[in-house]
Amino acid sequence: MQRVSLYWIVGLLIISGISLAWLRHTQMQIPFKPGSDTGVWLIEARVTFTASQRPVLASLSIPKKPPGFRLFNEQAASPGYGFSIVDQGENRRAEWSRRTAEGTQTLYYKIQLTRNPEKQQIPEHPPASPDSVNWRPPEATAAHALIEAAGATSSTPESLTREIIKILNASEKEQNAALLLADYRQEILLTRLLAEAGIPSRVVQGIFLEDGRRNQSLVPMVEVFARDQWILFNPATGEQGVPEHFLLWHRSGPSLLDLSGGSSARVSFSMIYQSIPALEMARVQSSNNGFSFLSMHHLPLDQQGVFKLLLLIPMGALVVTFMRILIGVSTSGTFMPVLIGMAFLQTSLIPGLIYFLTIVGTGLLLRSYLSYLNLLLVARIATIVIIVITLITLASLMSIRLGFHTGMPVTAFPLIIIAWTIERMSILWEEEGMREVMVQGTGSLVVALCAYAFMRHPTVAHLSFNFPELNLVIAALILLMGQYTGYRLFELHRFAAMKDRTP
Amino acid sequence: MSWISPFALKDMGILGMNRRNHAFVARYNPRRYYPLVDNKLKTKQLANACGIPTPTLQFIVSAQHEVRHVRKQLQDCNNGFAIKPAKGSGGKGILVISGNRGNSFIKSSGKRLDERDIQRHISNILAGLYSLGGAPDTALIEDIIQMDPLFEGFSYQGIPDIRVIVFQGYPVMAMLRLATEASDGKANLHQGAVGVGLDMATGKGLRALQFGKPVSLHPDTGKKLDSIEIPDWKHLLTLASRCYEMTGLGYIGADIVLDRNRGPLMLELNARPGLAIQMTNGEGLLGRLKAIEALPHSPGGVEERVSWAMDFFAKK
Repeated sequence: MQRVSLYWIVGLLIISGISLAWLRHTQMQIPFKPGSDTGVWLIEARVTFTASQRPVLASLSIPKKPPGFRLFNEQAASPGYGFSIVDQGENRRAEWSRRTAEGTQTLYYKIQLTRNPEKQQIPEHPPASPDSVNWRPPEATAAHALIEAAGATSSTPESLTREIIKILNASEKEQNAALLLADYRQEILLTRLLAEAGIPSRVVQGIFLEDGRRNQSLVPMVEVFARDQWILFNPATGEQGVPEHFLLWHRSGPSLLDLSGGSSARVSFSMIYQSIPALEMARVQSSNNGFSFLSMHHLPLDQQGVFKLLLLIPMGALVVTFMRILIGVSTSGTFMPVLIGMAFLQTSLIPGLIYFLTIVGTGLLLRSYLSYLNLLLVARIATIVIIVITLITLASLMSIRLGFHTGMPVTAFPLIIIAWTIERMSILWEEEGMREVMVQGTGSLVVALCAYAFMRHPTVAHLSFNFPELNLVIAALILLMGQYTGYRLFELHRFAAMKDRTP
Repeated sequence: MSWISPFALKDMGILGMNRRNHAFVARYNPRRYYPLVDNKLKTKQLANACGIPTPTLQFIVSAQHEVRHVRKQLQDCNNGFAIKPAKGSGGKGILVISGNRGNSFIKSSGKRLDERDIQRHISNILAGLYSLGGAPDTALIEDIIQMDPLFEGFSYQGIPDIRVIVFQGYPVMAMLRLATEASDGKANLHQGAVGVGLDMATGKGLRALQFGKPVSLHPDTGKKLDSIEIPDWKHLLTLASRCYEMTGLGYIGADIVLDRNRGPLMLELNARPGLAIQMTNGEGLLGRLKAIEALPHSPGGVEERVSWAMDFFAKK
């Protein structure tokens, strides 16, 4: 009964740990592997104009939920200007303002985007039916003729759009098309013709992303409302849907750039493709996500450092549990090896080992002298604590003087625990002889080294810090091991004397 | 290093550490009764109340300021004495003084100690050096055991003791532990004492091991070990079995010594007895423990249980 409920708990812990980690992985794009990279587009819009000593207000249309991309970082750099982002329905605008300015002004707006292949098919509200279009008399006839010609070979708003584009793009221009194109830009003409046919449409603008391109300008496109959503058409090619590497920048509303208090405004775009650590990106993104409550990235940096170590302890505990229950290594002090292993993490292995052995060895020597002084136990251990501190200080100073190491983090070794270790080992020596001291000392060191090897592994360090919920899985494993009632590995050696008794 | 396969161990019914802790110690020993065995003073008081003989307690030292007056009290203990921590485990912190010469005390190993050494040892005990978790402790000063002449030549510088595993009131397995020079006069097997398995029916020696290897002669005295036989065996097993009712612990190791004058005395109890006893007996504990678990639930009196065990666990 008890066992059954334990297995339930174990299962629950494992499932919740892994599923939480998986959710956070998918939702926040935290990578499971350390050091994996993600491609990021960095796009910079550069607005230049000449200010005319009047209050300046520049308003630039900026992307909002561009299809196929995920926006995760934006910033503006324009010294002297007030900056804000205004959200209005489908439109977002970056606004710069300044009391007075003179001469050529340059404003920057930068965003970082990643590809987001998942398609969001959110049904949109149908726009109002287009207003009736005013044509000049000859144009009206030409437009009607053109729509009729296109309508004859089409059945839906999309096919009609495609047909119109086909006619407008034909190399041998039809008479009506040639007449209309003389007066209107192609994308404008397309929306007008569609409005004439009663189909809502609008001109949008975007950029084709190409690594390292500078001074790019926006490319006009036409969005047609059909099947409850806006469908993008390239008026130059008749291509339907959002082309790959096309970023929809300006959608609807007023013009791309509104400027008051200046003249000869110009907007240009440059872009680069960066490869940044996926973790870095998750960190930037995490702030506005419901799954970020488990993230350590919100903590101040120094606390993050503490947690980086702290969250490794469960892994160390797992190693100790394994080594003691399944292997049967005897250690001095149950979890002292974990603490030693953690100290090695801070000092790095070889210096840490040298420090540890020197301190414990010297401590043992001094302790054997202390036993002649006939001190009470508490006083003796207190003395050892001070001796250990002195030794650590001396060792640190010496190594700095010698210049082969930058000294040891003072808190790296748990002083009180080392003092107790020295006392225990000394007693063990007196009572059970050197052999037992060596057995337990080696056992402790071996377990400490195993724990160190695991805790130092980049994947373990990465997972424990970024997916703290995985510690539930470790807890489940430890619970499982607590159920192991089979033989320990070393018992197979210990009971070897039974061999001659085998029936 | 020699190894044995886990399947072979399983076939022999060898009890491993994990299984012992999980299926026997944790299941049959309620935590609240532990202090009864973890504190030798309590064990002793309880044993006296139940009429189980133990080594005579001379006095106790429970506060540091009393340590100075120990000398005066020790003057009465001419025949030697043993200083033990009440909460010690695994024989840690036990100092046996076999006599005094002038101002100095003689350890059972022949080493001389002066008054300061004794005082330091007692203050270490009081500060909790030998107790679990370093809790403050009490020192017991007891009469030493007068070794039964039967054991002459079988033990080196120490009194042999008999470890009996008692499960649910039934004696299950027993072994005799003989001190050696390697074990510094102590009866702990992992320190080099010789363990001799004892037949449950007769108290006769089965086989002897030192450091996990079979031996036939005592390493120090050269005496043949297979000739040993414990007298009044049933009485000794009865004494061990009574510790079950006394403590309420289902799985214990009772350490019993034979005193020349007083016969079997209960020295101490252990709620986590070791597993080496299986090797000295050449048999696993598991089969015997399961046999008892399978018994219909009627513990019966001590006499019945001991008779049953002597009959059932006899080496045929």
